[in-house]
Amino acid sequence: MSSNQVRIGAEPGTLARTVILAIVGVVFAVPIVALIEFSFRSGLSGGYTLEHWISLFAPENARTYRDLFQSIGNSFILAVVTVAIVLVILLPTMILVHIQFPKLRRVLEFICIIPITVPAIVLVVGLAPVYSVVVKVFGGSIWTLAFAYGITVLPYAYRSIQANLDAIPVVTLSEAARSLGAGWVAVLWRVLLPNLRRGVLAASFITVAVVLGEFTIASLLNRRNLQTALLQVSQSDPWVAAILAVLALALAFVLLLIIGRLGSVGRNQSEK
Amino acid sequence: MTTTVTNSIPIARASAPSLAGNSGAQVVLSGVIKNFGAHRALDGIDLSIKPGELVALLGPSGCGKTTALRALSGLESIDGGSILIDGEDVAGVPTNKRDMGMVFQSYSLFPHLTVLENVEFGLRMRKVRVNERQPRAVEALEMVGLGRMASRYAHQLSGGQQQRVALARALVTRPRVLLLDEPLSALDAKVRVQLRDEIRRIQTDLGITTVFVTHDQEEALAVADRVAVMKDGAIEQIGTPEELYTTPSSAFVADFVGLSNRVPAVVDGGVVVVHGKKLPLLGELLADGNVTAYVRPEDIALERAGIPATVVASSFLGSLRRTQVRLADDSLLSIQHDVDTRPQPGDPVFLRLKGAAVSAVPRH
Repeated sequence: MSSNQVRIGAEPGTLARTVILAIVGVVFAVPIVALIEFSFRSGLSGGYTLEHWISLFAPENARTYRDLFQSIGNSFILAVVTVAIVLVILLPTMILVHIQFPKLRRVLEFICIIPITVPAIVLVVGLAPVYSVVVKVFGGSIWTLAFAYGITVLPYAYRSIQANLDAIPVVTLSEAARSLGAGWVAVLWRVLLPNLRRGVLAASFITVAVVLGEFTIASLLNRRNLQTALLQVSQSDPWVAAILAVLALALAFVLLLIIGRLGSVGRNQSEK
Repeated sequence: MTTTVTNSIPIARASAPSLAGNSGAQVVLSGVIKNFGAHRALDGIDLSIKPGELVALLGPSGCGKTTALRALSGLESIDGGSILIDGEDVAGVPTNKRDMGMVFQSYSLFPHLTVLENVEFGLRMRKVRVNERQPRAVEALEMVGLGRMASRYAHQLSGGQQQRVALARALVTRPRVLLLDEPLSALDAKVRVQLRDEIRRIQTDLGITTVFVTHDQEEALAVADRVAVMKDGAIEQIGTPEELYTTPSSAFVADFVGLSNRVPAVVDGGVVVVHGKKLPLLGELLADGNVTAYVRPEDIALERAGIPATVVASSFLGSLRRTQVRLADDSLLSIQHDVDTRPQPGDPVFLRLKGAAVSAVPRH
């Protein structure tokens, strides 16, 4: 092919790729670098210091930041309960639909994708009366918010698990296990879950990342989590808010790295 | 019919007496019915399998052979009839309690387990102790010639090796019945023939009652004690390979098992008249009238005089030769004859019907 021909859909050249990546990188990097830089500033016009980082974790300030750390704890509780909801309700449902009711797959997919199209504010308007009942049944503990989060993470968790389900012959494997004497629990525990490990872990980490970054629902339902606490603390101490935002970003970044690593481990194994 | 014999790859010879501990169950299917919505997949299947017998279920796609096997295994529930294993009705018994070994058409090894762990799986489910489990799994692997592959994973094995491991995995628990659902169809021709022979050898060694589903008539005739030819959810005929080939009970069986020429003919007083030659009629008596007769290629001979024809093509098949000829009415016939006769395309030849009995169906 001559060099002056332009193919539609051709990969961009090295230069074009570098420019695109550089622009995208700058767009993402500038606010994050600014955030990190700000967390080390000693004043609006002053030099740099570790004081803000040290004071956040200093024992004498424990009382000051007690609410803040409690909110972080709340977010972790929510993340764990939401992951549990995904694993206990969504995962078995998806496996059941895949094996026994394949005709329902489209319906399940549609239901699971809906939350991505519904703005959080709309969800809250609908959830507010529901939560008046939830509080009566389960009490007002923070973990009950996980029911709402379980809905918001559906699209992400569904996609991760479904991709893994499509990649292995679930029906054949479960039938083979059944013919070898395995009951349904053994089929799930000993055959399907080990082969769905990547999808399940990816769904779990994405769920954690989404829950740790959630603000709207918690704020509008008057619950305290990491993000609502960040907003509150930023009004009195912007450095603490910046530090916690950096830490939350770092955690999400690590989770995404782990997800990526899981994917590449699986690929390497299958290429052996 | 051709018989292919290829055995260049060494196969395991060790028979495994300890694996033969629980073999030879009698299987009886009586009036088994299975519906998928409005479609009746099994229409009153009656089948009795003797202990230690290998029965092949043979038929075209959609005839219900796999459904029959899955009903036997418990993977499909049945809507009527009974399934007896050694006199025990297992129709309501779940798959995992039926004590049957099964090998599937698609590769079904557990990808996260090694070959040895795959074979141990059934024993683990039966809570067999570790010190007994491992030797039995190794023994089963050696039986299929894969003792050295114990630590490998499924993706490190060829298709044929995977199916052998699946066979070892199905047999290691000493099941009452072995069910094979087209286990060779994903393999290439050479491996298929080799593994087919190996399955037959192991089945004979262990004396395990076996049901083998296939759409390949050559495979069924080569491996089975008896073959059940299925059509539209029912068994059309069951018999030894020789019986099916020489005395098909219907035109469908004659057409499906082995090669047949469909020749316009007339039934006259209970005999079939084909090109002026009177041939005995197989199967049910037909009323006088026009029919299509099914004449085997080996029942037609090339002669110096007889029915005139012109050679279209001739193929060398090793121990015999098959020649296609065109008759004066423009119809084509296949003839099987010795390899020393080498007709060339365009050669005028004469045919003679040897007089073997034929199947026929009315022609409208």
